[in-house]
Amino acid sequence: MKKVISGNEAASIAVKLSRVQVISAYPITPQTTISEKLSEICGSGELDARFVKVESEHSAMATLIGASSTGSRTFTATSAQGLALMHEILFWASGARLPIVMVDVNRAMAAPWTIWCDQTDSLAQRDTGWLQFYCWSNQEIIDTIIAAYKISEQLLLPSMICYDGFFNSHTHEVADIPDQELVDSFLPARQAEYKLDTKDPHTFSGGTLPSMFMEFRYKVQKAFERAPELIESVYSEFDQKFGRRYNPVESYFVDDAERVLITSGSSASTAYHTVRMMRDEGEKVGLIRMRQLRPFPEAELFRAIPKGALVGVLDRNLSPGTGGVWTQEIRAALGRNNINLSLHEFVAGLGGRDISENNIREMFAGMKAADGKRQSINWIGLNR
Amino acid sequence: MNKQFDNNSVGDDGRDYEFCASHDFYGHSACPGCGEKILFRHMLDVLGPETVMVVPAGCAAVTDGVFPHSLSPVPYLHVPFGATASAAAGVRAGLDMTGRKDVTVVAWAGDGATFDIGMGALSAIAERNENILYVCYDNEAYMNTGMQRSSATPRGCWTTTTPKSRLKEEPKKDIDAIMIAHRIPYLATGSPAYLDDFKAKVEKARDTDGFKFLHLISPCPPGWRSDPSDSIKLARLAVESRVFPLYEVRNGVDYKITMQPEQCSVSEYTSCQGRFAYLKSEDSERLQAETDQAWAELERKEK
Repeated sequence: MKKVISGNEAASIAVKLSRVQVISAYPITPQTTISEKLSEICGSGELDARFVKVESEHSAMATLIGASSTGSRTFTATSAQGLALMHEILFWASGARLPIVMVDVNRAMAAPWTIWCDQTDSLAQRDTGWLQFYCWSNQEIIDTIIAAYKISEQLLLPSMICYDGFFNSHTHEVADIPDQELVDSFLPARQAEYKLDTKDPHTFSGGTLPSMFMEFRYKVQKAFERAPELIESVYSEFDQKFGRRYNPVESYFVDDAERVLITSGSSASTAYHTVRMMRDEGEKVGLIRMRQLRPFPEAELFRAIPKGALVGVLDRNLSPGTGGVWTQEIRAALGRNNINLSLHEFVAGLGGRDISENNIREMFAGMKAADGKRQSINWIGLNR
Repeated sequence: MNKQFDNNSVGDDGRDYEFCASHDFYGHSACPGCGEKILFRHMLDVLGPETVMVVPAGCAAVTDGVFPHSLSPVPYLHVPFGATASAAAGVRAGLDMTGRKDVTVVAWAGDGATFDIGMGALSAIAERNENILYVCYDNEAYMNTGMQRSSATPRGCWTTTTPKSRLKEEPKKDIDAIMIAHRIPYLATGSPAYLDDFKAKVEKARDTDGFKFLHLISPCPPGWRSDPSDSIKLARLAVESRVFPLYEVRNGVDYKITMQPEQCSVSEYTSCQGRFAYLKSEDSERLQAETDQAWAELERKEK
């Protein structure tokens, strides 16, 4: 059934369709309308779930640690400061191998105060052992959350689904809402092999010595290495059931492109629109959209980059002292694979500043042949 | 790995009253004379196997055993320091949603996790009246990390962060008053020197719906600078001196003092503990006066 919904409504609908059993959340803009909608549907009985209304995001994630350890399917949503407050517990979720699914509605980190979008909040959590997915449409939000439960519960790793605050969360667009029966056939009830069970008592996450800890981390890494194949099979099954195909990296107009921009989230929507306009004008430009940060989809990315093209990366985030996080991640992957490719690094749209069609054109215009000099950050839309 | 339990000690009412006695309870790494392990064992004797423990960083976390060993005969979930109360609420929600409403969820935390880093989350689950038994084993400092002061440390006490040159100047935080102010269904204090009293309170807590808080005095020989063989004596003197009175409160209003032993002086309690070695006579007099005042207040509330 097609409906006009906001991004946050899309997330709530996906939680309901996934038959989540325990929800815990704390209000923060721009996530809050997810919690409000979920409160309504839990209150009315439309979804048979317990909504634990906690006093902080640290407690929201701690509540899910407890709930997920019982074998329940769990959900929370947050943004920015809330996600940072969870930081300690995010490591615990992945180390304890709990398939928690969380939405992070991307919002810049204060100070100074801002409620507006950039991706620094979720990108700063890249080392916590969570799978990370980035969406650009409300349809993709619904579908990615449903798929994430299937992926997480098989890998025993938590998933973070990220989309841009206000640009996605509060923008209404048409989405096809899947039938419950179809979702049930794709995503059966969670079967936890290990859980808190008085009939089969076990101790979880107890103390380890230096002789053991590394093996636990090795196993987390191995699970991430298994992830690409599993994600591919889950997306294939999703396509067969729902008729929508997803990939960790999506590319548009890249086949004969001479200049390519790599980006993610709502910036990719603006870039997509601009690339189409520029194509009409005869410019050979293309777009690559990153849908996944962890595991980092390097094989898919390298397949998408056309040979000989100039490549730019649009980062709506900043790791002060180095630069855009996506740029750093892509450079690391290039180096790991001994690929010599110079990247143009564009930082734009921090704290919700608009990234306009003109900004995107400026980025393509800025992509010049490598001159052997050190690449530095290109600030786009900055008032100097 | 947890040992399976046997059924040799099941009483007429079907409860396993000797649950822990029938379970060897072997291999914990607590110090000799540790109050926490005595309290844990006797609590589980009352609660039996249908219990899930939620345990933050602290003595109970490290003395349960090193992976893959665990002393606990019931499921035991380790959680981060400030996460006890919220994780217990999550366990409760998850068990309720998967048809296990009859299982008792116990949050088992020291004074650091309860009075300090977990205070906000504890207040939250009390306000929400979560169906959880929260137990604080109070040894009056961060003993596991090496005896640093907490807000549960008494005035005039030596710890490694309140050294001889600057003993703790502030009185112990009144956690009971804070929890009572939440009007929770059941609150009680307990001591390992009065096991019948303690076990009766565990049973009442188990059979009460909603949020329950037990505050237990837990002697700690290394931190209290006391002889391990004196732990039960100290747990008794704490009650006799009225420094740690045994009482219970229902719904935040209905007070009952459950043990009224003959009174001894506060200095009788403090004098056999090295942590109070630097108390001056005027400090001791002040502690005695504060203790007498608190007891009079408690008696007034009971009426």
